[in-house]
Amino acid sequence: MSVNEGKEKIALRNLRQIYYIRNQQTKRLEEFVALEDFSLSIEEGTFIAIVGPSGCGKSTLLDIVAGLTRSKGGSIEIDGEKVTGPSLNRGLIMQGYALFPWRNVRKNVEYGLEVKRVPKAERKAISQKYIDLVDLSGFEERYPNELSGGMRQRVAIARALAYDPQVLLMDEPFAAVDAQTRETMQDELLRIYAKTEKTIIFVTHSIEEAVLLADRVVVMTPRPGRIREVVDITLPRPRFNADVRVSADYGVLVQRIWELLHEPDVAPAPAGPGEDGVIDIADEILPSAVL
Amino acid sequence: MAKKEIIKDPTAKKNIFLVVSRRVFFASASILAFLILWEVAARLKLVSVPAFFPPISKIFGALASEAEKGYLWKNLFISLRRSLLGFFIGLLVAIPLGLLVGWFKTFGDLLNPLLQVFRNLPTLALLPVFVMFFGIGEVSKVSVIVWGVLWYTLLNTISGVRSVDPQLVKAARSMGTGNLRLFGYVVLPAALPFIFTGVRISATVSILILIAAEMMGASTGIGYAMFFYQANFLIPEMFAYIIVMAVLGTGLNFILEHIEKISFRWRDDAGTT
Repeated sequence: MSVNEGKEKIALRNLRQIYYIRNQQTKRLEEFVALEDFSLSIEEGTFIAIVGPSGCGKSTLLDIVAGLTRSKGGSIEIDGEKVTGPSLNRGLIMQGYALFPWRNVRKNVEYGLEVKRVPKAERKAISQKYIDLVDLSGFEERYPNELSGGMRQRVAIARALAYDPQVLLMDEPFAAVDAQTRETMQDELLRIYAKTEKTIIFVTHSIEEAVLLADRVVVMTPRPGRIREVVDITLPRPRFNADVRVSADYGVLVQRIWELLHEPDVAPAPAGPGEDGVIDIADEILPSAVL
Repeated sequence: MAKKEIIKDPTAKKNIFLVVSRRVFFASASILAFLILWEVAARLKLVSVPAFFPPISKIFGALASEAEKGYLWKNLFISLRRSLLGFFIGLLVAIPLGLLVGWFKTFGDLLNPLLQVFRNLPTLALLPVFVMFFGIGEVSKVSVIVWGVLWYTLLNTISGVRSVDPQLVKAARSMGTGNLRLFGYVVLPAALPFIFTGVRISATVSILILIAAEMMGASTGIGYAMFFYQANFLIPEMFAYIIVMAVLGTGLNFILEHIEKISFRWRDDAGTT
């Protein structure tokens, strides 16, 4: 842990988010509560993982923290300052990579630096540093369509790291790559995290991934998305897949979170409009002008 | 459009002569076969009115004499000037308008019905109207080309702007990209391949409309020349100008397709971003 241990980086207070979804039967708009009373204090340099079933508002939460959507209630503060929109002090990494296909690896990594108006020579030095960090040296001039899924995700990570945001928001970043690549990527993220000491919020479906990576795992309940419990992961760092997976504590923690997710005393989610796809559509962040 | 080539044995040395001649053969075999068939059919007088069906050799002879007399170059120059002028003015109108209509949704929705009506009008039916407005000179011919060319580029530009991957917009937004930069750095490059396809179609269309316009009312140009020779039963000369048109259209398309291939090497229809 860094010297800043204990200093609050992100304060999420009573976040609430509602979508309006058209009921298929009645054709009326219905309120769908994606996030309810979500409060969390995140210390600087902490790795937070968020797990929960589909539709528990995980991605919604990240969009709010990224400043891409405004919550219907509550507030977010980063370093004591209220979040009102997107900014380069947060980096978002998405499942679909979202690399600019017309930019080669280097130009993709330099995008945030261009927005920041960093001079060209300096940009090149910085992008090279992060391309090396994610192990893509030699691929600088390649275009995304010439790279594998794992490599594209590494470019996305380098792009988010390059403009040096203090907070990394990762939305199921490894969900689209194969199991082998996923493990490699996890180890790499652990290595990068140890090197850069960012504050990370990492959304995932995988309990194992959450336990492996995080300092604290936030377990959520669906509909409305609330915090069920925050589990501290006490496994020692540095961590690697090979060591962590065989340790006894790891198994206990995975089991503990599994039970939290499956505990029967949670009221079963009402079936209906809150299907995954619907939420994703409502989730779409676009300037109205583009659509 | 990154085609994956199947390499049988990458260590095998390629005979460059063989590779090139193979390519030339494939590019020209069907055309050559057609021309030979034509020549033979005409010489054997396999058609009912042989005068209307001169052998290819005679047509090329007529073409050579047109070139020698300088008529060909004069007509070609005038026609190219008309179509290029119409083509570029058309692009100058279509691309900015398309970007505006695509980007400002309300503006686009408001304008769309009118655009649909206009684009479904047969271009050549409007030629008399243009002649009425602009006279029988160059202006009416160029403006009808502008009109005909406009729609392909305009509609492609609009759909290019509107089909930008929302994930890319989200990624750019998350990095603090403002509206202006979003347009220049994300929307425009994403729309460029669409725009270029529209431009390529427009180029071919500009030639087609030019010919028709020249046939309907002109005293110069390759379309007029073809029409003139047809009216005077100088059939080899008529076919000679038809060949010129074919070469012009195919050549233009060939050049633009190559520019497209080189410029958009990042484009991969099979993969996602």
